[in-house]
Formats: sequence, C-alpha cells, structure tokens
Amino acid sequence: MDFFSSLRELHTGLTRRETTASELLDWSLQRIAAVDDRVRAFLHVSAPRGDSDRRMGADIAADRMLAGIPYALKDNMCTRGIETTCASHILKGYIPPYSATVVERLDDAGAALVGKLNMDEFAMGSSTENSGFFPTRNPWDLERVPGGSSGGAAAAVASGMVPFALGSDTGGSIRQPAAFCGVVGLKPSYGLVSRFGLVAFASSLDQIGPLTHTVEDAAIVLQAIAGKDGRDSTSAHIQTPDYRAALTGDIRGLRIGIAEEYFGPSVDAGVRGTVMKAVALLEQLGAVVSPISLPHTEYALSAYYLIAPAEASSNLARYDGVRYGFRAVDAENLMDMYEKTRSAGFGPEVKRRILIGTYALSAGYYDEYYKRAQQVRTLIRQDFERAFADVDVIVSPTAPTTAFRLGEKVLDPLTMYLSDICTVPVNLAGLPAISVPCGLIEGLPVGLQMIGRMFDEETLLRAAHAYEQAAGMAPLRPELAMEVKA
Amino acid sequence: MSLSRKDVLHVAALARLRVTDAEQEALARELGSILSYAEQLKTLTLAADLAGVEATSRMGESSMVTRPDEPGESLLPEVAVANAPDAEEHQFRVPAVLEG
Repeated sequence: MDFFSSLRELHTGLTRRETTASELLDWSLQRIAAVDDRVRAFLHVSAPRGDSDRRMGADIAADRMLAGIPYALKDNMCTRGIETTCASHILKGYIPPYSATVVERLDDAGAALVGKLNMDEFAMGSSTENSGFFPTRNPWDLERVPGGSSGGAAAAVASGMVPFALGSDTGGSIRQPAAFCGVVGLKPSYGLVSRFGLVAFASSLDQIGPLTHTVEDAAIVLQAIAGKDGRDSTSAHIQTPDYRAALTGDIRGLRIGIAEEYFGPSVDAGVRGTVMKAVALLEQLGAVVSPISLPHTEYALSAYYLIAPAEASSNLARYDGVRYGFRAVDAENLMDMYEKTRSAGFGPEVKRRILIGTYALSAGYYDEYYKRAQQVRTLIRQDFERAFADVDVIVSPTAPTTAFRLGEKVLDPLTMYLSDICTVPVNLAGLPAISVPCGLIEGLPVGLQMIGRMFDEETLLRAAHAYEQAAGMAPLRPELAMEVKA
Repeated sequence: MSLSRKDVLHVAALARLRVTDAEQEALARELGSILSYAEQLKTLTLAADLAGVEATSRMGESSMVTRPDEPGESLLPEVAVANAPDAEEHQFRVPAVLEG
C-alpha cells in the first residue's frame, strides 16, 4: 500500500487494522519531506504528527470511506485557524474564522487535512507560475509546469504525497493540471458542490472538485462533498445518487459525440492521436461514436476572457487592506491606502485581469464586450443542449498539448490563455467534465476529457471508469514517485 | 485594438490600482492584444446572430433564493476583526478619508 493505492484499498487497510490513520498521515508527511523540495506543491503543511489516531481511530467504519485518509486542499478554500492565501501576497497571513463547506464535509467524513497547496494567484493561470510565492514543478519532468491553476493539487497527487486533493475549476483549472500530471480531475456540474468558503474568482463559473488517481476515487470524494448547502444560494437542490454504484463497467450502447471543433489546429498531432486511440477503445467497449457539431466553440475563449475577468474585477474589489491580509504602509489617506495596498499586493496577471474586467464593465463598453460575451455564452450552452439530444457524453482532448516548459508562455498572456481552449466552454455551460489519463507522449501524460449532461455525473463517471478499466494504465506513476516508494 | 496610456490610467484608477510609467506601456500592449482577441466576438455572422439572444448572466436557480430571516450564529466581534491590519475596540481602523 502507498498513495497510489485506491481509496478503497486504503480504507480496507484501515478497517482490517493493517494500517492506522496515524501511519497514513506519517506516510504523507514523509513523502512531502522526501520530494516536495523539488516539486513544491505545498504552500503550508498544517497536519500535526501522530495525534490523528486519537481523533479519528474510533471513526473508522465500513461505511466511512474517507475516515483516516489524508488529503490536501488548494489554498483558495478557507480552513478555520489555518492560513489561506490564494497564493497571493494580498492575503498573506489571513487566518479564516470559518471553514469552507467542503472542508467541514471532509472533516465530518473523517478525512485528515495535511496542508494547503500552491496555485496560480487567485486561480488565474494555467501553469501555477502565477503563484505569488513560487512555481510548482511537474512530477513527470521538473523542468515543466504542472498546469494550473490547481497545479499544486495535481502535482501532490501525482507524486504520491496525498491520495487525493481538492481543486477548483473556473475554466479548466482542475482538468488541465490533472491532464498534465497524469491524474484524474473532475469538475462537477455548477451548483453540485457548495462554493461557500471558496475564495471567489468568477462566481458564475467556479466549481470545486477532486483530483485523484482513479475515477472510482473521484466518485468517492464527490459523494462526500456534493449536495445542497444553505450557505451557497447557487447550490442546487439535487438528491445526490450513489456515484460508485454507477461504475458498472458497462457502456454498451452509450452514445459518444466527437466535435471536430475540439480537434482544431492548436491541438498537437500526438495528443489528437492518443485521444483518438482512446475513442477507438470506447467503441470496442460497445459505445456508439458519432460526429457532432458545437459551432460556437471558436468564440468561447473570447467570451470567457471577458466574463471571468469582469466577475473577478468585482470579486477582488474586497481586497482593500481594511478587513484582512496585507496593508501598505505610509498611506497618506484612504484612497492612497487602497491603491498602494492593491498595487503591491496583487501580482501582474491578477492586475491584468482586474484591468480587463474593469474595462469590459466600464461605461461605454459594457454592451460591446460584457453583454455580447454573455450572449455568446447562451449560444454555447445551446450548442451543448442540441448535442446532448443525440449523445450521452462528449469526448475531446483536455488540453491541446502536454505539459509545457516553465517560462515558455509566461511572457505572452494570450498564448497561455489558449491552453484552456478545450475546457473553457464547459464552464460557460456549467456542465460536468472529467479528465482521465489516456497515455504518455515522450514521457508526459495526456488527458482525455469527457463532458456530461448537467447533473448527470453518473453517466460521465460510468463512461470514464469503463475507459480507465479497459485502458488499464491507472494509476500512472512518475519516476519521482518510484524513487520514494516505501 | 490598441489602448493608449491614458486608457490604462483611466481603467487603473477605476480599479484602485496604481501603475508605474514602465508598467503603463507593457499593460497598454498586453491589454490591447487580449482585447483584440476578444474582438472576435464582433466578427462575421455572429453579430447578426446575436440579435435577440438572451444574455446568460448566471447558472442554476433562475429565481431568487430566500431563507427565513431568523437570527443565528454569527462571528463574535473580536473574531471578525482578528485579521484586520489595524483595529481598535472591535472596529476597523483606516487612514483619514479626507486629507488635512
């Protein structure tokens, strides 16, 4: 057993007393000590050593799958008493007085928080290079990025430091790093998981989800965090089904759509070939594959890069140096304090997006940019609605390339944005989607994206699980993880 | 699409950000290129297609979500101000609003 074992195996080990919660926590801390000086996934390791058995030992029971299992959180989810920074200097030192709903639910499930993970500042980025503190490295190649913005979460799971992590996905921030690091990343339907306590980036797009080694593990974690929460008015009234029960392995007759718009010229030929091989395997399993069209896809990125910054410019107005976080010194008056605090506290990408968003919302430009982007959002939603009349799941690459080198795109924000081209439309439509590893190209993982109907995580997970079982490559284990194998 | 330094300064003032002379030029260029990309939304048949298309401003519940207005637990005053860079007697302290 190690952290490439499935959650079911770890759980069985605990119920049979082959291991203890305290031992699992120690594994996690040992792995972090062994590899995180190179990977740099963690911003803060908060777990106390050795006292977890007393706290959790009695809770280990057959129906409590996550009891005694260590995990880590992207640092944009509030943890009572534990620093939460969003990898931004403006929140340095912020100790939330409350926990996010997802954290409370995992606490109730008996899972053990190990620490907080690096990310692009305020989740704005696709490489984790925009962290205000330091970049995270890809465990498959330390000269490459882990993706982003949940890069710390993907890297921590991929290198076996924790068996699962939670990330957040506004335009692909769970799925793209999952693809780059060779793990499973699930973005649930908008409203399935409470956003209470998730530091807001773009409120109509943000959603929390798990990063794991297998689809079954993703289903187990989703089960624990999904469901109505009175503290998030956008959380949906959905009776959550038994997600693991949906993993039958049987996808005979499942209708799968392939949209040519997701295989455009920006998609690397190797990635395209690897994804098409996965599609062929799905066909062998009895799925019926047919071409579909999502004609407004080409406008999705433009719409996203207006809507997300517009919402961000409004959400980030709260960082003013008054109630929490950093305040610039030597301010002459209140306005001066606001400007000095925000200018020194935010990094360059966050400032760019605040400025873009402010521009798009400003007098005279609102109709031209923001309203138009929201109309395009409607067209993209309608594209998906039409497609889902004929198919059950849509399959595409998660990202157009494998992990790129550190520094490769950092000087050109627009090129960086293009790495989100396959994931962004899904957030605009609010749909659930998952990235599952589907192969390696020159030693780097490739992600297969599956998109499902609104709130139909069951079909999505069933399809992803059937593929994963037939492909037989999970869990992917980078060399870095082999060298520290217990 | 190009932005002038004046545009950058105007937007920065609205956003309560201060940009240095050196930043102004880079930002004008970067924001210009991002906005040019966004201009795609104005191209070809799309503009015609958009007439009458409703704007999607949020996901999920289409009606207002309410709850009973009942007093519940809330943060204690000392907890609420615990993260403040400057607080006094359970209140946030800020520099003078007006000079002089």
